Amino acid sequence: MKIVVCLKQVPARDSLLRLNPAGTWIQETDISFEVNEPDIYALEEALRLKESQGGEVVVCSLGPARAQQAIKEALAKGADRALHLDDPAFAGLDSFGVARVMARALETEKPDLIVTGLQSDDFGAAQTGVILAELLDLPHSTIIMAIEVQGGAIKVKRELEAGFFQFIELPLPALLTIQSGINKPRYATLKGIMAAKNKPLKKLSLADLGLLAGDLAPKQRITRVYVPEKRANTEFFEGSGKDIAAKLVDKLKNEARIL
Amino acid sequence: MSNEILVFAEQQSRKITRPAWEAVAAGQKIAADTGGSVTLIVLGAAVSVLASELAAGESSGVLVVEAPALAEYTPDGYARALAGVIRSRQPRYVVFSHTYQVRDFAPKLAAALGVGFISDCLGYHNESGRLIFVRQVFQGKFNADVEFTGEAPYLVSFQAGSFREDSVRRGAAAASVSTVAAEVAPDQVRSKPGERFREAKQAVDLTQAEVIVAVGRGIKAPENIDLARKLADALGGELGASRPICDGGWLPMDRQIGSSGQTVAPKLYVALGISGAIQHQVGMKGSRNVLAINKDREAPIFEVATYGVVGDLFEIVPPLIEEIRKSKAG
Ligand SMILES: Cc1cc2nc3c(=O)[nH]c(=O)nc-3n(C[C@H](O)[C@H](O)[C@H](O)COP(=O)(O)OP(=O)(O)OC[C@H]3O[C@@H](n4cnc5c(N)ncnc54)[C@H](O)[C@@H]3O)c2cc1C
Ligand SMILES: Nc1ncnc2c1ncn2[C@@H]1O[C@H](COP(=O)(O)O)[C@@H](O)[C@H]1O
Repeated sequence: MKIVVCLKQVPARDSLLRLNPAGTWIQETDISFEVNEPDIYALEEALRLKESQGGEVVVCSLGPARAQQAIKEALAKGADRALHLDDPAFAGLDSFGVARVMARALETEKPDLIVTGLQSDDFGAAQTGVILAELLDLPHSTIIMAIEVQGGAIKVKRELEAGFFQFIELPLPALLTIQSGINKPRYATLKGIMAAKNKPLKKLSLADLGLLAGDLAPKQRITRVYVPEKRANTEFFEGSGKDIAAKLVDKLKNEARIL
Repeated sequence: MSNEILVFAEQQSRKITRPAWEAVAAGQKIAADTGGSVTLIVLGAAVSVLASELAAGESSGVLVVEAPALAEYTPDGYARALAGVIRSRQPRYVVFSHTYQVRDFAPKLAAALGVGFISDCLGYHNESGRLIFVRQVFQGKFNADVEFTGEAPYLVSFQAGSFREDSVRRGAAAASVSTVAAEVAPDQVRSKPGERFREAKQAVDLTQAEVIVAVGRGIKAPENIDLARKLADALGGELGASRPICDGGWLPMDRQIGSSGQTVAPKLYVALGISGAIQHQVGMKGSRNVLAINKDREAPIFEVATYGVVGDLFEIVPPLIEEIRKSKAG
């Protein structure tokens, strides 16, 4: 089975985020990046499928030079090779643009299965995987919590609202968007990290993919990013831990009437 | 290009759901702001009974799109059927609620039509008829204003609760209903969906709890959950958790609060080290009182908090347990 995993780098969870001077995105300098959380689960699922079914795992990431860190981590965990889609023209693409570039890169790969995360922790469009499926004319399913291979088809467990699930059968090739919690992701071993150094990493630019900047014209544009207005009526408590505790207990007793 | 606002009215198991009415409310508001007319659309097989329910909402008509292949929801079936309707009617906006079903097919529909889809919006600003949509980014730390750049039709979905079901305008008379056959053949639907089900009965029912102490990733390590348990015991409450805590197996799944867990409304909800992402908030914002302890003042949890403490939970919770015990003893 040939499985492609789409990995996106996003600002590390504990980064102190600041807006850029134009107020159109965050300041990307002086923060660290990490792999988008559900994508880590998608990679783990791909590695497990390879272990049970044989085949190879190909990592695909679109982003600037720093994205190689995400790629190296994936190779160290056991992915076989990587595609790094990098071009100045790829900066700031919307989901449609990203999917368009990935579709072109994956056309010739002809994987049996593509797995993506269900949503990115930065913009959070929750669209890239599903658009990619349409562009490659693949059946898809989203928010997946289990995958079972049944010959040339798969049976997946799709999460629904309020604790409901549903099984869905899909023919291969197909695309799935993976939900966090589907498995327990592994850590890279020292041996894996060493082995990753010799694994193939192919860089592909706009020209390499035979695309023109106009093909990636955005369908939406961010005009402003800002701190949302806070609801004014939260009552905040300050002081030492003990002071705060005493004030809270007073509130819980006399206002909320819990105690 | 018409000035039509097409509203997708989601049905589940042949019932019109709350998100459908929230989408109707959004569509009516957009129509009022842009001088457009609203058409409601419902998909399925033999769903005309649903159309008469929808016809109570003020609109210029309800469109029933039917085919045997639409008896059950599939992304192939829905995207194909809606693409056909949108191509022929050329509405200005197509309005959705951001449900699991919409997340599953709307990006595909947009890609098939070659148009933009702005997902999961909170609302919009109207700049002389030009709509700028507002959505959360970075898990609610910031908001972004986003506008469409290409040609209409424009697809937009709104987060649960952004528009209210009770703000839907009812029409003086029932709207007219028309039915069209969808151009979807059974062999164009590639996936086979099974029945909806729930995992084996949940061991704890948090919906009945009067006090819930919920932990998030700020608790740092599984062994620290004991601290939260002590606070819950002191308050006579139950333990709850954000999703990552259950994903990591630190607490069982049946303690999870949120869109994919339980929806609770206790008298007191204590959020320890929980950022307050929308998927968490929808499960707890009905709580009578919310006490949030978080070291980040910008954390979205404070937007739904009655009481807030900006600080390290490990410094606040131990004296809090102490004070509660004292108060109870005294
Ligand atoms: C389709 C879908 C469904 C989902 N369903 C759910 C759901 O049902 N329930 C749910 O909870 N989530 C759900 N999520 C995930 C959700 O989007 C968030 O990722 C999740 O709620 C974040 O959990 P958290 O607040 O524990 O972690 P984080 O977002 O990482 O927040 C941790 C918080 O702890 C604070 N903190 C850290 N250290 C300390 C300290 N020492 N003292 C005080 N504060 C501290 C930080 O400031 C931060 O605000 C869903 C997501 C998707 C896409
Ligand atoms: N630049 C990218 N490179 C690789 N994968 C991506 C990229 N952007 C999005 N994806 C994939 O698409 C998923 C959904 O992203 P989004 O549509 O931005 O919410 C992510 O979890 C990734 O798996």
